[in-house]
Amino acid sequence: MASTPAGTLYRGREGMWSWVAHRITGVLIFFFLFVHVIDTAMVRVSPEAYNAAIGAYQNPIVGLIEVGLVAAVLFHAFNGLRVVLVDFWSQGPRYHRQLSWAVVGLWAALMLPFMWRHLGNVFGGGH
Amino acid sequence: MATPQVLAPRTPRKARSNFEQNSWLFMRFSGVLLVVLVLGHLFINLMRGEGIHAIDFAFVAGKWTNPFWQTWDLMMLWLAELHGVNGLRTIINDYAERDTTRFWLKSLLYLSAVFVLVLGTLVIFTFDPCLDPASTLDVCQK
Repeated sequence: MASTPAGTLYRGREGMWSWVAHRITGVLIFFFLFVHVIDTAMVRVSPEAYNAAIGAYQNPIVGLIEVGLVAAVLFHAFNGLRVVLVDFWSQGPRYHRQLSWAVVGLWAALMLPFMWRHLGNVFGGGH
Repeated sequence: MATPQVLAPRTPRKARSNFEQNSWLFMRFSGVLLVVLVLGHLFINLMRGEGIHAIDFAFVAGKWTNPFWQTWDLMMLWLAELHGVNGLRTIINDYAERDTTRFWLKSLLYLSAVFVLVLGTLVIFTFDPCLDPASTLDVCQK
């Protein structure tokens, strides 16, 4: 319980913030999907057109944006599973806060090896 | 004391559409499938070997001559696009307050979805791996 009432602004805790993050990451992924279907469609034009399109993804700056994209996808995936557990598992609502922190933990546990591997590929040579 | 009798409502209920409930359920079922499809996609394409540096026309050709990956990508395309469209529909309904704004935003949304689904499906089914004259794939050796 908050010790002092503070206006009328609703300030939820884990539940509200994971809801906000779920919306933002969802919109980001939706717009990326639009772009990604178009760049992949270049395989239908010519091998050169596709290699040029995918070449943009191999640029180091875009490589950093991809870290953000994977961060958004992983969060949205695990938080989505948390939503499913809260909705369908009888103990879900009771443990929703712990589940939120499990999402953050799982997210961090996968982001570290991904960044190690991906940033190594982006900055460490390749071609 | 007599039990009060409750009469059945005399006005017939209108047949209500279950669209919102079905789309709520769809978000959960497609979401669980997408966790497998998308995380598998990211792992195969970004974590193995040289990761993103290994992706080129030949890489896609290698995957899409295999019906397994064609099916994988087709399912991922349709589920992700419908899941995303439904999510954006909810967001538009939440934040766009004027009827005309909602109408135009949703029209644009559905138009973009048709575009993405038609384009993506055509590309997966009509892809020609032998466009690359240097291809070493078996299907291109004559």
